[in-house]
Amino acid sequence: MPIGKSKIENRKSKITDILARHPADRGSLIPVLQDIQKDFGYLSQDVIDELERRMGISANEIYGVATFYTQFRFSPPGEHTVVSCQGTACHVRGGLQLLKELEQRLGVTAGQTTADGKFDLERVACLGCCALAPVVAVDGKVHAQVTAKKIPSILSQYAGGRK
Amino acid sequence: MTSLQQAYTAARAQWEKLQASEVPIFFVGAATCGRAAGATEVLQALRGRIEQDKLDVLVVEVGCLGPCSFEPLVIVHKSGSARICYGNVGPDEVIRILENHVLGDDPCAQWALGKMTVCPNERLTASLQTDGIEDLSAHPMMRPQVRNILRNCGLIDPENVHHYLARDGYQGFLKALELGPEKTLDQVKASGLRGRGGAGFPTWRKWQFCRTAPGPTKYLICNADEGDPGAFMNRSLIEGDPHAVLEGMLIAAFTLGASQGYIYCRAEYPLALQRLDVAIGQMRELGLLGDDIQGSGFSFDLSVKKGAGAFVCGEETALIASIEGRRGMPQPRPPFPAVSGLLGKPTVIQNVETLGNLPLILRNGAEWYTQYGSETSKGTKTFALAGKIERTGLVEVPLGIKLKDIIYEIGGGVLGGKALKAVQTGGPSGGCIPAEKMDLPVDYETLTQAGSIMGSGGMIVLDEDTCMVDVARYFLSFTQAESCGKCAPCRVGTRAMLSILERIAAGEGQMADLEKLESIARTVKDGSLCGLGQTAPNPVLTTLRYFRNEYEDHIQKGQCPAFVCSRMISLDIDPHRCSGCGACARVCPVVAISGEKKQPHVIDQGICIQCGMCLSACPPRYAAVYRRSGELTRYEQRKEIQRKSK
Repeated sequence: MPIGKSKIENRKSKITDILARHPADRGSLIPVLQDIQKDFGYLSQDVIDELERRMGISANEIYGVATFYTQFRFSPPGEHTVVSCQGTACHVRGGLQLLKELEQRLGVTAGQTTADGKFDLERVACLGCCALAPVVAVDGKVHAQVTAKKIPSILSQYAGGRK
Repeated sequence: MTSLQQAYTAARAQWEKLQASEVPIFFVGAATCGRAAGATEVLQALRGRIEQDKLDVLVVEVGCLGPCSFEPLVIVHKSGSARICYGNVGPDEVIRILENHVLGDDPCAQWALGKMTVCPNERLTASLQTDGIEDLSAHPMMRPQVRNILRNCGLIDPENVHHYLARDGYQGFLKALELGPEKTLDQVKASGLRGRGGAGFPTWRKWQFCRTAPGPTKYLICNADEGDPGAFMNRSLIEGDPHAVLEGMLIAAFTLGASQGYIYCRAEYPLALQRLDVAIGQMRELGLLGDDIQGSGFSFDLSVKKGAGAFVCGEETALIASIEGRRGMPQPRPPFPAVSGLLGKPTVIQNVETLGNLPLILRNGAEWYTQYGSETSKGTKTFALAGKIERTGLVEVPLGIKLKDIIYEIGGGVLGGKALKAVQTGGPSGGCIPAEKMDLPVDYETLTQAGSIMGSGGMIVLDEDTCMVDVARYFLSFTQAESCGKCAPCRVGTRAMLSILERIAAGEGQMADLEKLESIARTVKDGSLCGLGQTAPNPVLTTLRYFRNEYEDHIQKGQCPAFVCSRMISLDIDPHRCSGCGACARVCPVVAISGEKKQPHVIDQGICIQCGMCLSACPPRYAAVYRRSGELTRYEQRKEIQRKSK
């Protein structure tokens, strides 16, 4: 089908662009995967197969590296990513309670995407904003000194948006 | 004249103009922490107003000055007045400061933290006094600090290299070029500088190994993979003063004879990565990177590698594997990276802060540097002060300072006037130092003897409401999840320790578990391949050493004295105090609370999940919801005594 084909072409040209930005050696694998995830949102099997051909690294090997690092995901992301910090400072100031509250509100557990594809819920070891603990970040914006009460209003800022 | 000299001339002129500016300037702290606290909104409001009224006012975004609990921070320069640093400035306050102080005569003393010259350490001259506002350097949070490494943070525009140059930037590197590699190494040796990543290995010795290793190709890596939960020193330094770290890299690379350097920085630090990119571009323009730097014959280039989220990559050999594009798993040592590291070549890996020290040592000399610190630990050290403390923030103190000075003077004591229980240093690799040991001086040896480590600088204050079993469980769940799984002691041992701790926290522990924990902990410490495993048992060992009674309470009495382990606590409503307002029932996520309007409510213990929402929802004037754990806990007893004494 013509539409499908152009999609594949588009994907290939994006990958070509990304590979051109990095030196052609093994050390570029992680930066390339990072750029791919930035562009495509996640590492799909098609993309990894394509990389196997282009980089000469087996798909097995690529999966081996990618699954080692928590940054990489293998399924499409939700529209917004909610990250609950579980660092030490956040933990002693109630970070776990916030995570539970988020899980309850969104109806998913950490690591999952809501059924409507609106929110990803993730936990992170530390965002480095310990002095403002506990923190919750949505799409990279850090919300400081969050309490369970503030969560509904934080989520509602993002609940509208594009459909 | 070379372009660098021209840049210095231009930089000094620009800086002097800024210091003596007739035009008012707002310096807004806009590092990640400042932005989280609302600096973006402050900037928006300020710029909006300046635009709207066509005001002649400058706005400069700076890094973090350190007192994070006062974020967002704004420093205002007004001709004829001292610079004033304001804390907790929201969009409304900034407009008021603009109207009343900058355009009017009221310095808004109510929001002022203090007044300052350029550097918070430099005392004010008499002519700059502003009524009713103390020196910032006299503020209890700033007074005990010595800001050397952080001297520029929050004061210069981190994306403007001229600011760095005007503050003697890259003079340390030029000094190194003048001295030559051997004498530079001697300076570093004489300074007594030790690695700031945690282990405290003498920097010069690491360099010596690498210098004497055979082969012409050598690498330098800056470890900015600050993965310890509770630590943000490296992020603040890179965001606030990136060139200080990069200058340190030049000095190290020149001494080592390294031609290629890498900065391995966490992907979770987007602003730090952006600042590094900008700064590296500026270095290239000034001829501070590339071939034959400043005509010295020394060639060096730099690239940034983004970490992909693996705590173990803070370990040297795992970090190297990650840069090589492999799974970040550690290698047995020896060979040490200084002999055989990246791509099999001699490689030196230094922490961000270690590198940040080098320009100071070279510029001011080793003798100047050693005036700070203790016998074995020289210089200053930054700490990320967080947790249950009044004034959180990034602080820099001379090594050898007493813990209590950091906690009580700089930090202002425990949050809400509660009792201090312990201070956790060194993150998941460190331990908990109990309240009675606050007289200990902060240096490498003392902290190790106390069972903890200096670590990279995370310092988390724990109060009476913190359960030490839970703290140990928390850290173990972190190291267990982050263990790469290569060696059995760490892979199996962390899992085994965690399951025992979970059992104890669930009220199913036995006294024999404590000995088992200790024995596994020792095995993991002795048998693990890398630093992650070797230090993972520290939180368990120190809590067992200093807080064994809490473990015993959990096991023998089925009681969590701090009301943290939810399986051991129950929530109840005091029928005599309950007014039946229904606030608790409305927030209960599992509908465990029932009762008629204006009648005492009850909690169905079979449904309750001990989330504690009802406890925080119950209006203080009723305070009807209460927790209990086992029999009357020491906490309850103490409350009882306090109540009676009132």
